[in-house]
Amino acid sequence: MEIRLNGESRFIDQVTKMSVAGLLEMEQVASPEMVAVQLNGEIVDRGTYHNTMIVDRNEVDFLYFMAGG
Amino acid sequence: MVQMVQLTDKQQERYSRHILLQEVGAEGQEKLLNAKVLVVGTGGLGSPNSLYLTAAGVGTVGIVDADVVDVSNLQRQIAHSTNDLDRAKVESAAEKMRALNPDVEVRPYRLYLDASNIDEIIREYDFVIDGSDNFATKFLVNDACVLAGIPFSHGGILRFNGQTMTVLPGQTACYRCSFREPPPNPVGCSRAGILGAVAGMLGTIQAAEALKFITGAGTLLTDALLTFDAATMNFRRVPLKRRSDCPVCGENPTISSLEEHHG
Ligand SMILES: [Zn+2]
Repeated sequence: MEIRLNGESRFIDQVTKMSVAGLLEMEQVASPEMVAVQLNGEIVDRGTYHNTMIVDRNEVDFLYFMAGG
Repeated sequence: MVQMVQLTDKQQERYSRHILLQEVGAEGQEKLLNAKVLVVGTGGLGSPNSLYLTAAGVGTVGIVDADVVDVSNLQRQIAHSTNDLDRAKVESAAEKMRALNPDVEVRPYRLYLDASNIDEIIREYDFVIDGSDNFATKFLVNDACVLAGIPFSHGGILRFNGQTMTVLPGQTACYRCSFREPPPNPVGCSRAGILGAVAGMLGTIQAAEALKFITGAGTLLTDALLTFDAATMNFRRVPLKRRSDCPVCGENPTISSLEEHHG
C-alpha cells in the first residue's frame, strides 16, 4: 500500500493494512508517548493504536510533543 | 476603545521600515504602540520574542519567569549576558528591552504561572506568547487563553526541531485539540539538548505572528502546526482541525475551571 506519512509518499510493501501501533514500530519511533498521531486529519485515541488500521492512500501525520522553550 | 497615539517625528523615524510596509503603515504602527503582549518564559523563545516585540514598538510587553540566569542558558537565551549570571531572568531581560526601546512599557513578573494567578495576568493583554519550557505551563497557557478568549501563540523546541501554531480561541484549533494531555515522562531540552539558533528561528516566527495579529497584516498560522527540522531545513505546515470533542474548546468541555484541572 501507499500512504502519505508526514507529507511524503511512502510505499509499504506486501501489506494492505497496518495498525497505527505497527506503523509507529516500523518507523522506529522511540517514544510513541511523545507523538500525537493524526490519521486522515483526525487525532487517533492513544488507547486504540492497536486496532486503528491504516490502509492504502491514507494520510498519517506524527505530531511530536516539544516541551522546550 | 483605546485612544490612538499619534506618532512623533522620532517615532516616524524609528519605525520607518514598518511604516513603509503597505500592510502595516503608520496605522499599524499606532496599533502596535497601543498593544499589550505577554511573553511567558524569558528563555530560548522568550528572549527573541521579547526583544523583537520591544524593537517593534509593542506598547506594553509583559515578561514572566521565576528563574535566574544560569551559565547553560547563555548558549541560546540571547536576552541575557555573561554578567547577568544569577540575576532574575525578567530583570536581566527587562534591562535590555528598556535600553532597546524607551517607548515600550516593560512589565516583569518574577513568578511561576499557575492556575491561581494566570487568568488575572493574561486578561491584561491582547496576545500571549508561550515560550515556556515545560508541558504543565504549555497546557496551562492553552487552557487559560481558551477560557479567557485571548489569542496566543504556542511554541515548542527540541534538539533541531521547532513547532508553533497560533490559536484564536473559539475560532481555530487549540493546542489541546491535537495534543490532548501532557505526555508522561517528557523529554526536555535540559536532557535532550537544543541547537541554540533553533530557539531564535522559532521565537521570531512567534513574534511575527504577534505583530501580524496586532496590525492585521497577512494571514495567521491558525488551524495548522508549522514544524521544522533545522538538521535538514525542511519546513512543513500540518493542517489541524478544531475538534468538537476537545477537552477545553470542544462542545462538551471537561475543563471549565483552571483550578480543578491544573490545581
Ligand atoms: Zn481545542
